[in-house]
Amino acid sequence: MLVARTLPIMTAMALLAMTAPSPAATITIVMQNLVITPAEVSAKVGDTIEWVNKDVVAHTATAQQGGEFDVMLPANKGGSLVVNTAGTFPYFCRFHPNMKATLTVVP
Amino acid sequence: MFVRLSAVLVAIALSTGPAGAEGAKLTDPQIAHIAYTAGVLDVAAAKQALLKSNSKEVKQFAEDMVRDHEAVNKQALDLVKKLNVTPQDNDTSKALSKQAADKYEQLAKLSGAAYDKGYIENEIAYHKQVNGALETQLIPSASNAELKGLLQTGLKIFQGHEQHAEHVAADLK
Repeated sequence: MLVARTLPIMTAMALLAMTAPSPAATITIVMQNLVITPAEVSAKVGDTIEWVNKDVVAHTATAQQGGEFDVMLPANKGGSLVVNTAGTFPYFCRFHPNMKATLTVVP
Repeated sequence: MFVRLSAVLVAIALSTGPAGAEGAKLTDPQIAHIAYTAGVLDVAAAKQALLKSNSKEVKQFAEDMVRDHEAVNKQALDLVKKLNVTPQDNDTSKALSKQAADKYEQLAKLSGAAYDKGYIENEIAYHKQVNGALETQLIPSASNAELKGLLQTGLKIFQGHEQHAEHVAADLK
């Protein structure tokens, strides 16, 4: 059972190692009581950012400038984004602009 | 208007306190009633905006107000039920309701850009007023930890609304 389950995973990992030197990661950011944690996150191009909204009100993750992203995060749910552009993106919640954070994406 | 609410709060503090001002504070059932009423009044103002405004941004703001205040008030209702507390009407709730009714009538007479401006400016003033009351009176006076916590989260949400309204006001100019 253990062998049957780990072998395909190891094969997959070996394949990934050959084709993609740095596999894409998923980075989780929590919004709770109108606080974004962590407030500063660094990701690589291709990574997925997952915002978990633990509040009873909806939030957004909206880039301050350039319209780079505007992700709706329904109450008690959240949303995600695959980052494809390198840069430093200060973002906020359009509904509650007192919620601010920064996402940095490196190549 | 802020002066009036402050005066009412002071009046309550003086009239409900024992001998000195030291022990004078609002009770949890009164606080719950004030917070709930403040939300209901803002939802009513937003529903008026949804009927009257032609601005997409103003309508979206109004929709946000309905959604958020209804969500917070649902939490408040769940909490008072859980705590077996009956919200108690009081002079502050009455003053808030009277003030909102007057504003509602005043805004009903306006239309177009004048209405949008009037609604959004009142939203800024109203949230400022309620946030001030939350910070200086309601939160410090709340005895129950869960009620205090809900008010603290509510304050952050409403501070967000105040900033949001300021953004909308800037866009209307």
